[in-house]
Amino acid sequence: MVAALREQHMMQLKEREVATDPVVKADARKLNFFYGEFQALKDLSMPVHEKKVTALIGPSGCGKSTFLRCFNRMHDLYPGNRYQGEIVLHPDNVNILAPNIDPIEVRMRISMVFQKPNPFPKSIYENVAYGLRVRGETTTRVLNEKVEEALRNAALWDEAKDRLHKPAFNLSGGQQQRLCIARALATNPEILLFDEPTSALDPIATGAIEELINDLKYKVTILIVTHNMQQAARVSDYTAYMYLGELIEFGVTNEIFIKPKRKQTEDYITGRFG
Amino acid sequence: MAYARTLEDIRALIVKHKRWDLIFALIGVLALMIGILTFVALFVDMAIKGVPRLSLDFFSNFPSRRPGEAGILSAWVGSMLVMLVTAVVAVPLGVASGIYLEEYARKNIVTDIIEINITNLAGVPSIVYGLLALGLFVYQFGLGQSILSAGLTLALLILPVVIVATREAIRSIPIGIREGAYALGATKWQVSRDHIIPYSTAGILTGVIIGMSRAIGETAPIITIGALTFIAFLPPSPVTAEPPYLSFEWLTSPFTVMPIQMFNWTSRPEAAFQVNAAAAGFVLVLMTLAMNGLAIYIRYRLRKNIKW
Repeated sequence: MVAALREQHMMQLKEREVATDPVVKADARKLNFFYGEFQALKDLSMPVHEKKVTALIGPSGCGKSTFLRCFNRMHDLYPGNRYQGEIVLHPDNVNILAPNIDPIEVRMRISMVFQKPNPFPKSIYENVAYGLRVRGETTTRVLNEKVEEALRNAALWDEAKDRLHKPAFNLSGGQQQRLCIARALATNPEILLFDEPTSALDPIATGAIEELINDLKYKVTILIVTHNMQQAARVSDYTAYMYLGELIEFGVTNEIFIKPKRKQTEDYITGRFG
Repeated sequence: MAYARTLEDIRALIVKHKRWDLIFALIGVLALMIGILTFVALFVDMAIKGVPRLSLDFFSNFPSRRPGEAGILSAWVGSMLVMLVTAVVAVPLGVASGIYLEEYARKNIVTDIIEINITNLAGVPSIVYGLLALGLFVYQFGLGQSILSAGLTLALLILPVVIVATREAIRSIPIGIREGAYALGATKWQVSRDHIIPYSTAGILTGVIIGMSRAIGETAPIITIGALTFIAFLPPSPVTAEPPYLSFEWLTSPFTVMPIQMFNWTSRPEAAFQVNAAAAGFVLVLMTLAMNGLAIYIRYRLRKNIKW
């Protein structure tokens, strides 16, 4: 069973090639993170490559979502959270965790798609346009263009174009999640974060989102947390395996899944653990 | 019997346990009936006495020494104007406080203390607010025994209710919606303006109206600040024929309100005045029910497009 799964992975993964000389878009350096007294991330260092998909995998509670949420300073919304170390964003070499960097500035550069689809109780159009409105865009023509472009990029335009001004809640779960992707894309983010984007969706909607992620990586750098190893294998170019707040192994997805360097990673990949 | 072993034992046990279901259901129905029947009896009694007295004249006449000619004109106009001041003052203060506490304030011991105190303030006897208002608004600020003083007093009284309702409404917004907005780079004010306030409006309005329907029946604090019990004139009109067309003179006018008019009539010896009091009470209850109905309707309308 396990052997068959790995065989299948190999077949899928061989089709994909990873550039030999990837450009680093962001770089976690000795990152520690604390929820009050509890240390959730320990000395984590890894790169995120530009216009590639990087997957974070690991058992529940391993800190993968916590790590992801450092990238847009989501932890700043709640009291008692503390960062140590750096996440350096390239090419301008700025540590986005630095206290003098406004989290709002970081969130304007790095967008996020959440676990549960979270459209605003507004129209489809207003959902997609919100990021632009926050940035002060008021010209209807520009908003129309950007909304259309984002919806096309999120593969939702055909389904949504005739009901742009209808409530977003009337969409199905999968469509809502693509709407949230469109909303995150509308402002041309440098990195797009996905926090288990398909865990609340059925298999067909999940397939559509995975396909979308595959298309999007030519436009934007993607960092995705997934609880589903097969999904990581299907969509990512790089994979990081985390356990108890530590990075166990980071590498090209093919290598992590076929020839992991560490025993712990292998145990998790093969299902002997987790 | 030890514990149930055989199927017969289990069945017997279930029958025994279910007897308590029945007993408690009966107790519950009885408890409910005591409450409902008492209210219905009071209301029906008041309606039987009062409804025949209701006529257009009753609404358009000033109080009088002759019970047959006495009306509630100055009382209902006074109640309306006082409610207007109460709403205009309590809503912005309460909503802004609620939003500040939920969205802006750091969660620490100070906000905890404030939170506990707000909840406690909602339970302070209304006469205490009346005493405070007498010292502060009537004498210290020199606002006198006016509609403005009364409105401010009742605003103070319902402020905790509005704050608590606002916070509850904000808390019912799923965390994902707020994070979604913050993740797009919105500031606290943008999130409050574009999301928190619109999505919590239904809950806030419900809280405001429930507070107002409590305030409209308040008697003690209004008497304390010195509302008149007999008044045969109306406050100056807020709308005037000459520019600037709006006048705020009514704010400083003496006044009376519905419950005080009722109180005044019930304290008279003549039976005919008791009928007047019942009629006024009936109108007051209808006003309160209408406000609660409005609250339910608003909640239903505004929540139609919000599903969480």
